[in-house]
Amino acid sequence: MFSLRAASKTYASGTKALENITADIAPGEFVALLGPSGCGKSTLLRLLAGLETPSSGEIAWENSQKPEPGEIGFVFQDATLMPWLNAADNIYLPLRLRGIRKTEAQPKIDAILAQVGLADFAKARPKALSGGMRMRVSIARALISEPILLLMDEPFAALDEFTRHRLQDDLHTLWRRSGKTIIFVTHSIYEAAYLASRIIVMSPRPGRIAADIRTTLPDGEERRTSPAYTSLVTDITRTLHEIMPHE
Amino acid sequence: MNKWLERLAPIAFGIIALSAWQGAVSALHVPFYVVPGPIDIARAYLTDYAVLNPALLSTLTVTFAALLVATAVGVALAVAMAASPLFRAAVQPWAVMLQVTPIVAIAPLIILWVSQPFIALVVCASIIAFFPILSNTAAGLAATPQDLQDLFRLNGASRWQVLFLLSLPSALPNFLTGLRISGTLALVGAVVAEFVAGSGGFASGLAYRIIEASYRLEIPRMFAALVLLGVSGIVIYAALGLLERVLLRKRDA
Ligand SMILES: Nc1ncnc2c1ncn2[C@@H]1O[C@H](COP(=O)(O)OP(=O)(O)OP(=O)(O)O)[C@@H](O)[C@H]1O
Ligand SMILES: [Mg+2]
Repeated sequence: MFSLRAASKTYASGTKALENITADIAPGEFVALLGPSGCGKSTLLRLLAGLETPSSGEIAWENSQKPEPGEIGFVFQDATLMPWLNAADNIYLPLRLRGIRKTEAQPKIDAILAQVGLADFAKARPKALSGGMRMRVSIARALISEPILLLMDEPFAALDEFTRHRLQDDLHTLWRRSGKTIIFVTHSIYEAAYLASRIIVMSPRPGRIAADIRTTLPDGEERRTSPAYTSLVTDITRTLHEIMPHE
Repeated sequence: MNKWLERLAPIAFGIIALSAWQGAVSALHVPFYVVPGPIDIARAYLTDYAVLNPALLSTLTVTFAALLVATAVGVALAVAMAASPLFRAAVQPWAVMLQVTPIVAIAPLIILWVSQPFIALVVCASIIAFFPILSNTAAGLAATPQDLQDLFRLNGASRWQVLFLLSLPSALPNFLTGLRISGTLALVGAVVAEFVAGSGGFASGLAYRIIEASYRLEIPRMFAALVLLGVSGIVIYAALGLLERVLLRKRDA
């Protein structure tokens, strides 16, 4: 889908956030970006989204087709909904910005609300929703423009364990069914191991790729309990220990 | 029960204070041309309302015109400042300077320059009133969540879409706070401007009636005009507070 070629990012403040990132991402991959705080994971997502430009190196898109507005869905750590709009109108936003009328968008909004399990909450304001529900609205908003690439920046970090597991299950199912390319930033080894088809481990700042692990876990019920999952978690843990500076 | 008690408290306090005032004035035989009692003031209003009410109306007209001008200018400047850091850098110090210069000092100039008296008064009052709207709205616009701005950019939103669908709605609470402060400042500004203008051609507002009454030592009438101003201020403040609650409820619920 795209290739990062020696991409680096140094902010105007002088902070070197990313150094020499090279990777090929194939369409349909679920990539977990795993790394310590401040290693430039968010920066990498922002580069991919076009919100920042690399200071050197480049991002080469497949067939040189840079995604159009709306072809990239972005989910932030906080749900970042507009408090003055109800769930349906928050989800409608990306289409509204493209000039699509509400009546025209309505079937799509209803379908996606049902898909994220919020059919009964279309008219609810964000304040009236639980943290998990708000994140579902946020994901629905990212999905409504049918993006080919979904960028997610620690979307489940603020949720409780139960809600997180539910949302992880749903996201994994969504990925398997839709075949979307997903780049998912996380701090959690368990989350990365459970969700991803490929785990890119980044070193502390300036972020470099320290390990690139392709995973093969069974889908479905036993994914979280299989011995393969446990040994994958062990592998990643060992890798993290190797790259983290000691003392 | 408690809530009712809280509502009644200011009224009860007012009645007690007025009674004490009337009692003291009567008991000490203070002449009404030094300190009039509430009854003298009420009597003055009842005899002079044909003069005082139109004067109040005139002052309130200036106040509301000034509040409208202040809102338009304040919001427009805040939006332009949010859009262009260069514009902000250029204008901000001047806005602050205009705010810290006492209006009494500027008013004679404005009254000299602007020949149409009504407009001169409105300009003076607007100068006092626009700053809270400007600074509060600007603060609200600056606090527009970065993530939402990014989201709009990712979806190819235009500048106007960002302004009308995101920045202005998210700055609404700040704007309304500013508006509430500016509402009472517009009244202050209108009265100050009338005082400076004095009888110079457009002797119609309450301030002029106060000056007139003080020359003639009609102290109860002066107090009646003061009471009208005080009540107007409270009503403006409360009305804008109500507007704030209604608009925010409409936006959020
Ligand atoms: N706009 C910016 N200007 C200057 N420095 C920045 C900016 N954004 C991020 N940085 C710095 O770049 C480095 C990488 O930041 P980034 O947010 O990409 O890290 P991260 O891996 O996402 O961290 P976390 O896990 O805490 O979210 C940090 O040191 C951060 O302070
Ligand atoms: Mg981050």
